[in-house]
Amino acid sequence: MNEISIAPKPKTRRPGVPAAEEPMIEIDRLCLSYGDKPALKGISMRIAKNRVTAFIGPSGCGKSSLLRCLNRMNDLIDGVRITGAIRIAGTDIQGPAVDVTHLRKRVGMVFQKSNPFPKSIYDNVAYGPRILGVRSRSEIETQVESSLRSAALWDEVRDRLYESALRLSGGQQQRLCIARALAVEPEVLLMDEPCSALDPIATAKIEELMDELKVRYTIVVVTHNMQQAARASDYTGFLLLGELIEFKDTPALFTTPVDRRTEDYITGRFG
Amino acid sequence: MTQHTSRHYEQELQALKEKILLLGGKVEEMIASAMKSLLNRDPDLARRVIASDREVDAAELDSDHLCLSLLALRQPAASDLRFIATALKIVTDLERIGDLAVNIAERSIELNEEPPLKPYIDIPRMATAASSMVGRALDAFVRRDPVLAREVLGSDSAVDQLNVQLFRELLTYMIEEPRNVTRALRITFIAKYLERIADHATNIAQMVIFMCEGRDVRHPAAQEGEAEEF
Repeated sequence: MNEISIAPKPKTRRPGVPAAEEPMIEIDRLCLSYGDKPALKGISMRIAKNRVTAFIGPSGCGKSSLLRCLNRMNDLIDGVRITGAIRIAGTDIQGPAVDVTHLRKRVGMVFQKSNPFPKSIYDNVAYGPRILGVRSRSEIETQVESSLRSAALWDEVRDRLYESALRLSGGQQQRLCIARALAVEPEVLLMDEPCSALDPIATAKIEELMDELKVRYTIVVVTHNMQQAARASDYTGFLLLGELIEFKDTPALFTTPVDRRTEDYITGRFG
Repeated sequence: MTQHTSRHYEQELQALKEKILLLGGKVEEMIASAMKSLLNRDPDLARRVIASDREVDAAELDSDHLCLSLLALRQPAASDLRFIATALKIVTDLERIGDLAVNIAERSIELNEEPPLKPYIDIPRMATAASSMVGRALDAFVRRDPVLAREVLGSDSAVDQLNVQLFRELLTYMIEEPRNVTRALRITFIAKYLERIADHATNIAQMVIFMCEGRDVRHPAAQEGEAEEF
């Protein structure tokens, strides 16, 4: 982490993040298997801070497994074996001493299907801070408002904060889930197919939000929608059968991929 | 290359390629006919070249329309995107080549109304070289062959050289006898048109290299300090 050398980087550096970008997440020879079945085979990459990084690839390529490693969501699945290292802001997150709850506060997650609690809009966002022991009502109120503002939802819900979150539209529910994740002030935001259940306008709002949020957070998004990766991300990684085939800045990946398998996938030539 | 999962998409890309080839064949034929009308003093043939420009214009619109609909409906990426971007650009070059062939035909009609100034020697050589550049650039496009495209780039200076040489020669005719000026100027124009045709072939070859390798070889000076890719 103490790389202050001004010498040119050796050609073997991990793909994806140019030397000028500060890495937020460093993944080193990460392997994951479900029982005997390998799902990730030696992934090494550096994910840049304050950027949107997208993982694309066909179903079963390991992109969601990779995303879920970043806040140890895979711990919850039986028979998972993980080797290799993941460092977030320089700290190894795999070690036994890591407080997983604290890790998930630092690395928030938004899922494919919006999953608001069957509570009021306010209580959904206040949930995290309360769990973390914030007692001051005004402090929670401030946090709820700023999170809802960050998630571009405040203007739509400010007059009905105490209504049930389940009465919001799908797109609003998804932004509420983002607000809920932001309320605990994470450093990284993981998004697993965040727009696959949304219409194009709601999708555009989430993508716009990603662009605004990356100023403060590092965002990693898994998407089946290649156009979404092209529109919304700064870096894109293409995974296939558990391997990171190609990882580079998004315009380069979508105009001049180097690997034939990337080329075939993004041009719609599926083998 | 592997086929697209969508057969319809595959067919549309193939159709675009065929449209460009047809257009390319058409303008090559126009250059040949325009030159033939000049050398054989055949104004009827020259008029047919002028008339065929409408087909070229229609083919340009048709090809551009297909490119736009592919961009809008298929959201192409990678080599498909580069292929369509190349198609959009080279169609313009081909249409301009067609216009230049028309210009040659127009000068040919004018020159044929007067006695010949001198036997044509360098002009046919220039036409052969320029036309061969167009043909090879189109072959490189069809075969996705960057090596052939680079060969085309290397041929441009020979045409430029012939143009300079011819200009010098015609200048002596003009200095010698003011009554030669009109005809000598018209021949100079034809040389200039052929030189421009070679430039358009060069543009096509540069785009083919971009299409094949994703590397922009145009204007190296303007690209200094930029990233290697694009």
